[in-house]
Amino acid sequence: MTSAAFERDSRSVSPQSVRAALEDPRWLRVTLISVALGFVFLFLFLPLAAVFSEALAGGLSVYWHAISEPIARKAILLTVIVACVSVPLNAVFGVAAAWAIARFEFRGKNLLITLIDLPFAVSPVISGLIFVLLFGAQGVFGPWLQAHGIKIIFAVPGIVLATTFITFPFVARELIPLMQEQGSEEEEAAISLGASGWQMFRRVTLPNIRLGLLYGVVLLNARAMGEFGAVSVVSGHVRGLTNTIPLHVEILYNEYQTDAAFAVATLLAFLALVTLIAKRALEWHIRKETES
Amino acid sequence: MAARRNGVLPGFGLTLGFSILYLSLVVLVPLSALFFRSATLSLEEFSAAVFSARALAAYKLSFGASLAAALANAFFGLALAWVLTRYRFPGRDLIDAFVDLPFALPTAVAGITLTTLLAKNGWLGRILEPLGIEAAYTPLGVAIALTFIGLPFVVRSVQPVLEDLEAEAEEAAESLGAGRLQTFRRVLFPALWPALTTGTALAFARSLGEYGSVVFISGNMPLRTEIVPLLIVTKLEQYDYAGATAIATVMLVTSFVLLLAINALQAIGRRRLAGAGASE
Repeated sequence: MTSAAFERDSRSVSPQSVRAALEDPRWLRVTLISVALGFVFLFLFLPLAAVFSEALAGGLSVYWHAISEPIARKAILLTVIVACVSVPLNAVFGVAAAWAIARFEFRGKNLLITLIDLPFAVSPVISGLIFVLLFGAQGVFGPWLQAHGIKIIFAVPGIVLATTFITFPFVARELIPLMQEQGSEEEEAAISLGASGWQMFRRVTLPNIRLGLLYGVVLLNARAMGEFGAVSVVSGHVRGLTNTIPLHVEILYNEYQTDAAFAVATLLAFLALVTLIAKRALEWHIRKETES
Repeated sequence: MAARRNGVLPGFGLTLGFSILYLSLVVLVPLSALFFRSATLSLEEFSAAVFSARALAAYKLSFGASLAAALANAFFGLALAWVLTRYRFPGRDLIDAFVDLPFALPTAVAGITLTTLLAKNGWLGRILEPLGIEAAYTPLGVAIALTFIGLPFVVRSVQPVLEDLEAEAEEAAESLGAGRLQTFRRVLFPALWPALTTGTALAFARSLGEYGSVVFISGNMPLRTEIVPLLIVTKLEQYDYAGATAIATVMLVTSFVLLLAINALQAIGRRRLAGAGASE
């Protein structure tokens, strides 16, 4: 829209020089589009197509059996349970941290922002390792946990912890810039009109940030359900007990049950597609909202 | 202004207190466990693990393949960002949305899929084999998987800068009567490089730690196709906690140094944009 407008403008000023400077020659346009599309085709479309093609290679009944047999169902259930703990925890943290950072001035704010981003810089494998060092049999709290019969590593709590660590920054880093941009006038008005803190949050803040919050939650959920490295270190791979969907895919694949591995993998591919569509739709709505 | 905000709005103590407590419990305490465990190792233990031939080979592969993948992404990512912001063609929106697929697709799925595609009887392996190119279970395969994982970083770093730059490029072109190549070299590239370098560095940092998409395609042969994260996992599985901790500490420090460098690059990029805005 804007580019069309300025093209018209510029042509009226000095046609040749501007076109020479701003418009790529045809051969360059064709080359660049071919290179870019070829890259997208090889690295994005082909792999996605291969997931579905491999999954259906053994026929529909093999596919259906692979995703509905009891061990697969347990893996799906565990994945959902883990997401149901990690997502709300990190969402509440994200809102609280964004409120403190975007609405108040305090010393050490930049350090806090950097620390919130830390988990994104840590390898998934190390994210799992640190919890093994804390709660594993040889870990800091290992002997105490064993004495009290509490199992964290090679059990569900370890998977939840590692997933929560890995997905820690998602909501906060979405909301901090959003709330900084929105400013605090409406909230200040609500307070000066006599609203309580909770009323202000529910009636003013939450409606203003709901799209950004949802955006962060969508990305957080995708990562929580799909995480592999960190979870694989702490899970112990106990079938039907500590296997999430990605770990179940790994086991099937390593046992040469390729059809079944890809069948279960399509569940995660669907999750990725839904995530991409939701992300796109939310970006569109957020843009519309900030424009109006 | 700060004081006024502090005075009117409620909840500062509660939200900051909760944030710091939660951050400490979930992130800071667990991460410090790695450094404490590392500090209990003797110097001999530490250097035996960190400088073993197997570890050195793993660093070389991880750094080399990550660098190759990041550079491939710098080139293709810039071309893709350029095409997506400057040209109009059918399917552009779909491709733009698809760029984030590597963020959304779980790494294990990417791993088994790329391996199947590049194996000798796979869709791509079948084409590569007669050419004498082996991708699956080789360092090349590792670099390909890391290129997939790092794909969105350069595109998403460069795209907003390209979108913002259109008007400025126009002005410069008008006033200088410059040609296309000159405009790119003098106007676009100086404004673009902080974002391009940031995106490339982000892709590189992500690739260094990547595990899921690589373990399937690499074949995991010690000294040949074993990446650093896999070496850590192997040590853990052999209950060599000291070795795993030592190598993980080296990796974590490397990641933190990269994070600081990336933050500095982003600050330069922001200053450039702000400077350009102020001079208008």
